[in-house]
Amino acid sequence: MGKDIREDIAWAQINKDVLKSLESPRKLYWVIIVIALLVFSVGIGCEVYQYNTGMGVANMDNPHVWGLYIASFIFWIGMSHSGTLLSAILHLMHADWRKPIYRFAEAMTTFSLLTAGLFVAVHLGRLWQVYYALPYPSERWVWPNFQSPLLWDAMAIFTYLSSSILFLYIGSIPDLAICRDNIHQGWRKKLYTLLALGWEGTDRQWRNFRVTYLTIACFLIPLAVSVHSIVASDFAMSQQPGWHVTSFPPYFVAGALYSGCAAIITLFIILRYVFRVEEYMTLPILKKTVRLTFAIAMVWTYLNCIEFASVWYSHDQVAKDVLIQKATGPYAPFWWAMIFCGSVVPFAMMVKKWQTNIPVMFAVSLLLNLGMWLERWMIVAPTFAHGYYPWTWDHDQWPSLIQWGIVFGSFGWFTLLFMVFCKIVPSVSMYEVKEMVYHRSLAKKKEEQAVKEELAVKGAN
Amino acid sequence: MSKRYLLALYNNFDEAEAVVSELRNSEIKGFNAADDLIVKSPIEHPEVEEFLGEKSVKVQWFTLGGALTGGLLAFSLIAGSQAGFYSQMKGGKPIVPIPPDLVLTYEMFILGGVYITVLGFLICAGLPARRSPLYSAKVSEDQIGILVKADDGSVAKLKDIFTKHKALEIQEEAGR
Repeated sequence: MGKDIREDIAWAQINKDVLKSLESPRKLYWVIIVIALLVFSVGIGCEVYQYNTGMGVANMDNPHVWGLYIASFIFWIGMSHSGTLLSAILHLMHADWRKPIYRFAEAMTTFSLLTAGLFVAVHLGRLWQVYYALPYPSERWVWPNFQSPLLWDAMAIFTYLSSSILFLYIGSIPDLAICRDNIHQGWRKKLYTLLALGWEGTDRQWRNFRVTYLTIACFLIPLAVSVHSIVASDFAMSQQPGWHVTSFPPYFVAGALYSGCAAIITLFIILRYVFRVEEYMTLPILKKTVRLTFAIAMVWTYLNCIEFASVWYSHDQVAKDVLIQKATGPYAPFWWAMIFCGSVVPFAMMVKKWQTNIPVMFAVSLLLNLGMWLERWMIVAPTFAHGYYPWTWDHDQWPSLIQWGIVFGSFGWFTLLFMVFCKIVPSVSMYEVKEMVYHRSLAKKKEEQAVKEELAVKGAN
Repeated sequence: MSKRYLLALYNNFDEAEAVVSELRNSEIKGFNAADDLIVKSPIEHPEVEEFLGEKSVKVQWFTLGGALTGGLLAFSLIAGSQAGFYSQMKGGKPIVPIPPDLVLTYEMFILGGVYITVLGFLICAGLPARRSPLYSAKVSEDQIGILVKADDGSVAKLKDIFTKHKALEIQEEAGR
């Protein structure tokens, strides 16, 4: 498979390469920033129009009370699970190949959660009355319903967002200290000095750092599972046909990990080129990520089948009708595209040659993400179009351009935040790459020593 | 007697280990290895802990305290607000329903645990910190630093030990 990383890279070189990437990325970086700004401004324009005019312009009505906003909300929450997978789960499993790529995955977690949070605000309509939903004592004695999954959702996402930010920050402190030591003037120097908190790499600091990082990782795993399970409960605890399914929480968690991994592949390919870090984000690491994604794709496919079977054999005729309608009705092209992108395209990742073929994997990862976005849309929209009451049977309702514009804009917002972050904070964790190189070189020395001893024994005989 | 700080830089962990071991075994006046010796390294290195001797980490106690406080606080706030509904009709349903309340309790358990763990980390690691008397940017690059504090009269002995183990550089500064 080849080496994840060269074990003879000098530590000073690692600092130099990564710090250089912060200062002089390729021109494509600025092209991406400009495109992201344009896309984001489309979203802003649409949101301003919707805010001033009312939710009617989004083409939402009764029964179509949720639309692309909630589908995109789930999509962005799902994307956030990749950071937890790479940082926390693989950290606990001692999979050290994650080290050069986990930082940007963690950043993805934070920024996709921030993007998801926007959709809650966008969807509210009367944004100025948001305080009605907040738990605070008032003379009206009105509290939010603590038994509602929607409130659980708000709390879970807040917990996940703030914990992810802290996890990302704590893990970056040693690298911020490296930046502080190597950048000698300007706002960057001040920023890094402030954020590094006076880190000097003392044994006391490392000892506490290790325990803290591990502890937060242990918290983040059940938290990530709970976040998407609660998002699934928004649907599964309702009485809508097609949603009241027991397997929804694991199905959502698998979907989240899947879309997160696909996004990691996309960003991996972009970052390694834009920031010239091909030496660290290597093809063997891409290969491992691709294989992991394939495994999760198969879990997702299996859970998808379970979900269809649960509906099919549930004796709930309307839920069954929704499923049939998905496959044959007006949503059919999107539903079949979801099946194709989510369950068929991943088989391209089985072809060994393609696992390290950058253009092929880039295209595949985009298709997987498209499939996962469609999945969320196909969960939300068809159920509203065919509820238990015949008056809800409104199969030809489509999201307006305003809805599409806001969804489109969210991709610009995410890209903007993510790319700006990668320009300020090293997207490759320098100290962890050094650890990786150190342990690999020790292992190599041991191997060479063993070979020498074996040859010596053979020679003696 | 006034104190002085010495920082010696090495380019590998083996040398650093040898120096630490000699410093611990030496009987230098005004120098106590447990309190006056700090190893600075560019990576988290388990062997450093081995040769420095085991030192306890107390972050986990903060975690436990934070998580329990978070969980208890959440449950009491939610149950407290629900108890305000005593005057309302609940149709036979429990006033404080335990299973749904446990979801938010669980989230706050984690939130409290994470926040207080971070606080514990800052306290236990001594952060934010002022720059120590001697610091070299080489430590964040590829060298291992050994910082010692000793009486003025012991500086020569310490320097001898550092030089014997091929220190790349020795820095010295008057302490407080």
